[in-house]
Amino acid sequence: MDNLVYLDHNATTPVDERVIKVMLPYFGKKYGNPSSIYKLANESDKAKEEAREKVAKLLHANSNEIVFTGSGTESDNYAVKGAAFANRKKGNRIITSSIEHHAVLNSCKWLEKQGFKVTYLGVDKHGLVNLDELRDAITDKTILISIMHANNEVGTIEPVKEIAEISRQNGILFHTDAVQTVGKLPIGVDDLSVDLLSLSGHKFYGPKGVGALYIRKGTRIDSLLHGGHHESNRRAGTENIPGIVGLGKAAEIAAKEFSEEGIKVRKLRDRLENGLIKKIDDVFINGHPDKRLPGTLNICIKYIEGEGMLLHLDHNGIAASSGSACTSASLQASHVLISMGLSHEVAHGSLRFSLGRNNTEQDIDKVIEVLPPIVEKLREMSPIKKR
Amino acid sequence: MVYLDNNATTPIEPAVSEKMCWFLREHFGNPSSLYPIGREVKKLITEARETVADALGAMRSEIFFTGSGTESDNFAIYGIMNAFPEKNEFITSSIEHPAVIETASYLEKRGKKITFIPVDQYGNIDLEFLKKAISPKTALISIMYSNNELGTIEPIKEVVKIAKEKEVLVHTDAVQAFGKIPCNVNKLGVDLLSLSAHKIYGPKGIGSLYIRKGTKILPLICGGHQERNLRAGTENTAGIIALGEAVQIFQAKGDKDLKRIHKLADRLKKGIEERIPRVIFNGPEKNRVKSTLSFSFTGMEADAILLALASKEIYVSTGSACSEDSEEVSHVLSSIGLKPEVARSTLRLSLGRFNNDEDVSKVLSELPEIIEKLRKISGL
Ligand SMILES: Cc1ncc(COP(=O)(O)O)c(C=O)c1O
Ligand SMILES: Cc1ncc(COP(=O)(O)O)c(C=O)c1O
Repeated sequence: MDNLVYLDHNATTPVDERVIKVMLPYFGKKYGNPSSIYKLANESDKAKEEAREKVAKLLHANSNEIVFTGSGTESDNYAVKGAAFANRKKGNRIITSSIEHHAVLNSCKWLEKQGFKVTYLGVDKHGLVNLDELRDAITDKTILISIMHANNEVGTIEPVKEIAEISRQNGILFHTDAVQTVGKLPIGVDDLSVDLLSLSGHKFYGPKGVGALYIRKGTRIDSLLHGGHHESNRRAGTENIPGIVGLGKAAEIAAKEFSEEGIKVRKLRDRLENGLIKKIDDVFINGHPDKRLPGTLNICIKYIEGEGMLLHLDHNGIAASSGSACTSASLQASHVLISMGLSHEVAHGSLRFSLGRNNTEQDIDKVIEVLPPIVEKLREMSPIKKR
Repeated sequence: MVYLDNNATTPIEPAVSEKMCWFLREHFGNPSSLYPIGREVKKLITEARETVADALGAMRSEIFFTGSGTESDNFAIYGIMNAFPEKNEFITSSIEHPAVIETASYLEKRGKKITFIPVDQYGNIDLEFLKKAISPKTALISIMYSNNELGTIEPIKEVVKIAKEKEVLVHTDAVQAFGKIPCNVNKLGVDLLSLSAHKIYGPKGIGSLYIRKGTKILPLICGGHQERNLRAGTENTAGIIALGEAVQIFQAKGDKDLKRIHKLADRLKKGIEERIPRVIFNGPEKNRVKSTLSFSFTGMEADAILLALASKEIYVSTGSACSEDSEEVSHVLSSIGLKPEVARSTLRLSLGRFNNDEDVSKVLSELPEIIEKLRKISGL
C-alpha cells in the first residue's frame, strides 16, 4: 500500500494519523456509556460534546444544532424523510435534483411510495441546476428542497446560497448534502442559509460509519431512529463514541488546514488535467470549468470503457474510479453523467480522479505517464474506435 | 474500580481493540471500490459476517450490519411494517427496550394499531393474551429475548409457535441475550433478530440484524448498494471487523466463562440477600440471564445508593442506561407491578467477563454499610 497512488478521495479518505490517535483511548479504557451517570460515563459524554463543538465550529453553527449519525447516508435519510413526515400536514411536495447521491434519490423514491410527490430538477451540461426551473417547480404544497452542495462524481458546486434564498422566500425547508464539501470548502450555515446539512466523517480523513446532520434551531423534523434519549431525543442508539471523537478531530484539523490544502490540491488537479488533455486525443472534462471541487477531475476518454482503464491503472498501482463508489458495484452508466446529457456510450468512458491531502506531484506525473499508453492500447482493441 | 453495569455497556476486549487499531491504520479502503484496497476490506467484512452468522446458526447472506442495536430494532419493525402496508397491526410487549417501544409509538402516530402484551411479576409475557391479540391484520410480533433490567428470558419458541399458526412474522431483540444464552435462529424459529456489539465486549455504534432468507422487508436507510441494498451508507468498517472479533472471542471462550460469571452473580445475590434486610429481588430465579441482578431496597432512593457506591468506585445502575436521563420510573419495573416508590429504590447490578471474586467481595463489604447508613439518615 505504501507505493499506491490513491486518487479516489471522493470515495473515501485514509484516516489521518492524528485522528486515529485521539480515537484509541475510546477503544480501550474509556468505554463508559455516555447515558450513564457515573464518572466513567461522564468522560465519554464530555468527549462527545467536545467533538460536537468542533463540528459546529467547522460549520459556524451552534453545537446544539449538530446531531451525530452513522453515516452521510443516514444524515440524508434523516433530513429528507424526517422533514417530509414532520411537515406532511403542510404539503406533500419535495424538490430535488437528478444528480443527487443515491442516499437522497432513493429516500425520495421511498417517500413517493408513501404518497409524497417529488420533482427531480434537470441540470445543464456542466451539472448545474437551473434556478428558473426550480422557481417554476415550487407550489404551495412544497415542503422541502434538497440540493447537494457539490456533486461527488463531477465536483460541480451548486448555487446553494441562491437556492436557500428561494426556499426562504417561499417558506420551504432547504437541505443540502454537503458530504463532498465539508472539509474542502468554507461552509457557514448562516452564510449559506440552509436549514439542514449532511456531512460524513470518512470523506475528510475521519473514520467510516459516522456522520452528522446540522439541524437549524426550530426546524420541524421527525427522527429516523427511535428509542432512548440520545442526541437530545433526536437520534436514538448508543453512540459510536470513538467514531464521534474521530469526526471531531477531523473537523478540527479541516478547519485549520482546508484552505491551504485546497490550493495545493487544486494545483495538482490542474496539473493532471492539463497533462492528460495534452497527451490524449478525444477527451473532455465533465463538470464545471471553475465551479468545481478543487480535487475532482472527471474525464471522458472516448471510444473505450472506464472499467478497462481502471483495471490497467490498478495493475500500475493507481486507484481511481469510474463512477461514484456507491454505484461502482453496478454496471449502469452514471446517472449524473446521463443527466448532464452524455450518451451511455460516452458516459461509460469516464474516469474520476479525486485528489487529497497526501498526494504529490510524483503521483500526478505517474498517472500522466502511465495512462496515455493504456488508452492507446485499449483504443487499438476497441470495436468502436473511430478510424 | 468495580464495574457492575455490563448490561449498559461492556469494556472492550483488548484483542478487539487491537484489531480495530490495526484495521484503521492498514485498511482505509471503501469496500464498494473495486481495486485491491477496497476488495480486501470487503473480504474482511465477509469474514466478520460469516462469524456472526455462525454464532446464530444463520447463513452469511442473512446477516446485515447496522449502526447500533437500536437501529437494528428500528430497521426490523419499520422494515416489516412498511413492506406490508395492507396489514397495519404490530404486537409487542410492555417491557421492551425504548428502541422498540418508541418505534411502536411513532407507528401509532402514523396510524398503525399497536398492542402491548402485559407481563407477570417476573417479567414473563402473557402468552394467552398474545394468542388473542393476533388478527389477520397483524404483520409483526416483536418480543425481546432477554430483558435488560431484569434478565428475564422470554418464551420466544412459544411465541414463534403461536405466530406461525397465524402466519405472522416474529422479531426478537436479542441485544441482551446474544453472547449470554444460546441464540440459534433456527431453534428459536424467529424471522428477525437484533444484536449490538457493545454489549459483548465490542465497540459502540455497531449492531446487526438477522433477517431470515425470503423475508419481505424494506430498508430503513436508503441509498447505495451496501448490505444487499437493504442498509445503505458507507459501512463502519472498523466496527464490523471488531464485532466479528468480539463474536469469535466469546465463541472461543464458550460456556466455561459464562459459568464462572454466573457463579459470581449467584454469590453476589446470595450475599446481598443474607446481609441486607428488606431487600426484594426482581425477576425470576430460573429462566434468567444469570448475570443480571435487580434489587429493590425498600424505602430508599436508588440514586443515593448509586452515588454512594460510585464514591467507592463501584459502578451500577438504577434502571436501563437509556432511561437514565429521564426522571420517569422504569416502565419495566412498573409493568411487573412495582409501586413507584419501590421502583425508585431499585438497583441493577450486571456482571461480565472482567469481574472476579474480589469485585463481589468488595460489593458485599461496602453495600450493607451504605444501606444501613442511608437508612439511618432517613430514619427508616
Ligand atoms: C434490550 C436492548 N435492546 C436494544 C438496545 C439498544 O442497543 P444500542 O445500545 O446498540 O443502541 C439495548 C441497549 O441499551 C438493549 O439493552
Ligand atoms: C454526495 C454524497 N452524499 C452522501 C454520501 C454518503 O455518505 P456515506 O458514505 O457516509 O454513507 C456520499 C458518499 O458516497 C456522497 O458522495
